[in-house]
Amino acid sequence: MSESQSITVALLGNPNTGKSTFFSALCGVPARVGNYPGVTVEKKLGKYVDEFGAVTVVDLPGTYGLTARTLDEKVSVDVLLSTMPDVPHIDAIVAIIDATNLERNLYLYTQLRQLGLPILVVLNMWDRAQSEIQLDLKQLEARLGVPVITTTASKRQGIEQARKAIRKIVQQPPPPAAPLFPAEFIEAAEGLRSWLRDRKCELSEFQCQRLILDVGGTHAAELSKRSELSELPQRLTSIREELAQSGQRVPACETRSRYGWIKQTLEGIYSRQPKSGATRSDKIDHWLTHRIWGFAVFGLIMFVIYQAITLGAGWFTSKIDESLIPWVSSQAESVLAPGILRSLVVDGIVAGVGAVVVFLPVILMLFFFVALLEDCGYMARAAFVMDKLMTKLGLSGKSFLPLMSSFACAVPGIMATRVIDNWRDRMVTILIAPLMSCSARLPVYMLFIAAFVPQKTWLGGWIGLHGIVLFAMNLLGLAVAIPIAWLLKRFLFRGEPSAFVMELPSYKLPSPRVVFFRVWESGQSFLARAGTLIFCTCVLVWAAGYFPGDHTQIDQLTTKIEASELEDDSPERKQLLAERQELAGQLIERSFLGMAGKTIEPAVKPLGWDWRIGVGVIASFPAREVIIATLGTIYSLGGEVDEQDEGLKSALLSATWPDGRLVFGLPVAMSIMVFFALCAQCAATLMVIKRETNSWRWPIFAFTYMTALAYIGALITFQVCSRLFS
Amino acid sequence: MLTLADLSPGSSARVVDVLGEDGLAARIMEMGIIEGELIKVLGMAPLGDPMDLEVQGYRLSLRKNEARRVTVTRDSVSSPVA
Repeated sequence: MSESQSITVALLGNPNTGKSTFFSALCGVPARVGNYPGVTVEKKLGKYVDEFGAVTVVDLPGTYGLTARTLDEKVSVDVLLSTMPDVPHIDAIVAIIDATNLERNLYLYTQLRQLGLPILVVLNMWDRAQSEIQLDLKQLEARLGVPVITTTASKRQGIEQARKAIRKIVQQPPPPAAPLFPAEFIEAAEGLRSWLRDRKCELSEFQCQRLILDVGGTHAAELSKRSELSELPQRLTSIREELAQSGQRVPACETRSRYGWIKQTLEGIYSRQPKSGATRSDKIDHWLTHRIWGFAVFGLIMFVIYQAITLGAGWFTSKIDESLIPWVSSQAESVLAPGILRSLVVDGIVAGVGAVVVFLPVILMLFFFVALLEDCGYMARAAFVMDKLMTKLGLSGKSFLPLMSSFACAVPGIMATRVIDNWRDRMVTILIAPLMSCSARLPVYMLFIAAFVPQKTWLGGWIGLHGIVLFAMNLLGLAVAIPIAWLLKRFLFRGEPSAFVMELPSYKLPSPRVVFFRVWESGQSFLARAGTLIFCTCVLVWAAGYFPGDHTQIDQLTTKIEASELEDDSPERKQLLAERQELAGQLIERSFLGMAGKTIEPAVKPLGWDWRIGVGVIASFPAREVIIATLGTIYSLGGEVDEQDEGLKSALLSATWPDGRLVFGLPVAMSIMVFFALCAQCAATLMVIKRETNSWRWPIFAFTYMTALAYIGALITFQVCSRLFS
Repeated sequence: MLTLADLSPGSSARVVDVLGEDGLAARIMEMGIIEGELIKVLGMAPLGDPMDLEVQGYRLSLRKNEARRVTVTRDSVSSPVA
């Protein structure tokens, strides 16, 4: 083995075995994170170099079994059998096993050893195991028929040995066949294999067994689409019936056989220390899952996270928004002469990059907490505590954190749905997350409430109408999300009710490395995958607002203003600025955006809107709060207005229809707010949905259903309000 | 027929069978809830569901709805006398 050699191994193990810790100790930052083609399953590849060459490590999703029932498991089987495109041929399997929980962890091993690949068994968490179990390692190695090593990945112990063992294992033969199943079953599987072979379908022994064992499995469904295999489902049913008659009922016969083999293998060489009273984890859980304290602690943790992502990350966000981006823009303006290039750089590129970067603080902050909670073991408890409440929505306790985070911002919230292992629950959570009232809606509410809702107070000024309307707006999305979740579950994501079979792992100190890598990955995957799409959307919307108008006049005016030595508040300068704003307003009216706004005017008229509001809504597709700046431009106030701007408020208050009637009033303001509460005017959210679901179908679906909801909601609001208040 | 969902916190029982042939039944068994295995109810979530269980030396949580599929028999020999 002197020549340089590249090899690829797959990392597999149960959840909570320290697999990610082991992966990061072995490879450092993953070389590539993405999705497997066509599915939501995350693909993680790592690389390291040893003295013989490069080693690629494919980190497969943590799983308890290797069936073809769920997407994760199906992908893992495809990767291991080297039938997955885009993944190198697998030379060996590295099976990570939690040494403190040997029986259940070996279950996956009994499936892996049927795949015909060499296996290295890694007993991880060995430091803790030494005080909890007694095990004859030599005997275990002999009985399993594969090399066994021990590691404590959290302390980086045994990693060098693991690298050496990985290099050796690829040269070794796969584990010897073990008589796992009773003869009746093996015969039935062989029978099926030759039946399939007669129909030109060559499958491995393992795959044939899986076809029989996985009732309602995805592989069987896929195969029976072929015309020559259309009888496969009936065939499988009759095989299962025959097996049941001979006492081998599916699926019990599989688990019985495998656990039977495990018991036999561990017989006499392994024992668990009898527990002396409650363990440390039990004691902690006495408080953390307590009837009253459990909720209190849960509430406190969620409160801290929410505060951190709204206030802590919000501070960075506002610095980016209010200091960094204006600074970069002004630098660009000082270099570039007024004209299309400056407009593209300042309003397109810098604004586009800003629209991406602005999400980073809150994403990194949330994933810091997600990683911390997952790694210490509390995440499972949080799901455990909240589950009953969330089942009322047809979801599970695992959906709580992503949904709560979406109240700050749906982008990290949707990314955090990765903690939900059930595919249907995850999809429903992703699709309702954008309805939660995020912080970007706040400026829109503030502007319209301050301008159009009369301030009335009760109870000595403690309760105000402004506050009530704001609260109602924030609640509206949540109230609508409940029936939507129910409908999605009922019609789009039907199927087996989602199970809550969840391990409550022992508590441990979170590993800084794992937390760091998790945060790093979240930022990287957001920037690389969603970031470019968000950026492109911003540039496109800029172009729609810029073309096809003739900007010569406004550019000349800008040059004149910038070259002049006039005082900031001199009347001449003010006159020039007002002229420029007038021009900007006319230009946007004649732009593609303006045309689009005029085209949709008949459609938005029933909502009480004129074409200018229509333009504002279209222009705010990249982000909701953009509507404020757009309205400012249309009403000739320049692009630099915010929700506090008195000029904008008075401009809105005096805007009229061509016939002289006022455009705005309470009904219109309410209908705009309701629209923004329910619409999907946020490119970042839609692009993150695309990234997380790995399909354009779901962002399009989310945009369509939310826009429909928003339109109907705004229509009802306007029609009702205008009758009530006229 | 006694099921896992009928057990109160602190009690333990032996698994007789897991009802059903679907993926959920297989998943429950995969987690080590198999015929003859001793299972202990450690407690319930604050709202009374799901259950906190100990099986094969580790802790598992199941909703009562799922626990109803697990038929059990009271274990007089191995249940803790504490």
